[in-house]
Amino acid sequence: MIALKSTNDINIAEITDSVKSDSCGAIDVFIGTVRNNFKGKDVAKLFFEAYEPMAISELTKIADQVKEKYQADKVSIVHALGDCLVGEIAVVIAVSTPHRKASFDGCQYAIDTLKETVPIWKKEFFEDGSHWVFSHP
Amino acid sequence: MKILLFGIAKDIIGDSQLEWELTVEQKTSEDLLEALKQRYPALTKLRSIALAVNGEHANGTELIQQTDEIALIPPMSGG
Repeated sequence: MIALKSTNDINIAEITDSVKSDSCGAIDVFIGTVRNNFKGKDVAKLFFEAYEPMAISELTKIADQVKEKYQADKVSIVHALGDCLVGEIAVVIAVSTPHRKASFDGCQYAIDTLKETVPIWKKEFFEDGSHWVFSHP
Repeated sequence: MKILLFGIAKDIIGDSQLEWELTVEQKTSEDLLEALKQRYPALTKLRSIALAVNGEHANGTELIQQTDEIALIPPMSGG
């Protein structure tokens, strides 16, 4: 499953189920959530926007890379769009592999690569303003 | 052509898309990116700024046409 959804429509159980495989002994699920602070300032919410067709294409490429590099059977990546309040889900990545190390590594590769290559932008809102976040300021 | 704008690039240029008429000198994606930086110098202050051509990250050498879908890609930050 590769998708961009409102945070309220992201279902962790559904995403986890989507990568279940009888040939795999491990499923790793990374859940990125909205933190309530940034450099000591209180974060009120995040806002995500994407160049949607390209984002889906790039997320699909990452899933294919995880399958090839880590011998993953199934990979799902679902990212939030729009407003995300503190504690809500921004991204879920699920990877199934025959053994556990590969699924951990596959999840890490997917989230790190996502931040570099997928055209999704994040804006943080504070009490006194907002700013766009760069993955490596 | 319409150039799609996102994130901080949208804030810098002031709209979600930009109407752009290619000149004869603007043959590649790199030429177009340089022309955009000249018109909007604030873009050069970003950590990175690049183009996507028809939904793919551009490497600068792509030949571009008025009918291509171009997006300006400021630093990304999903997740």
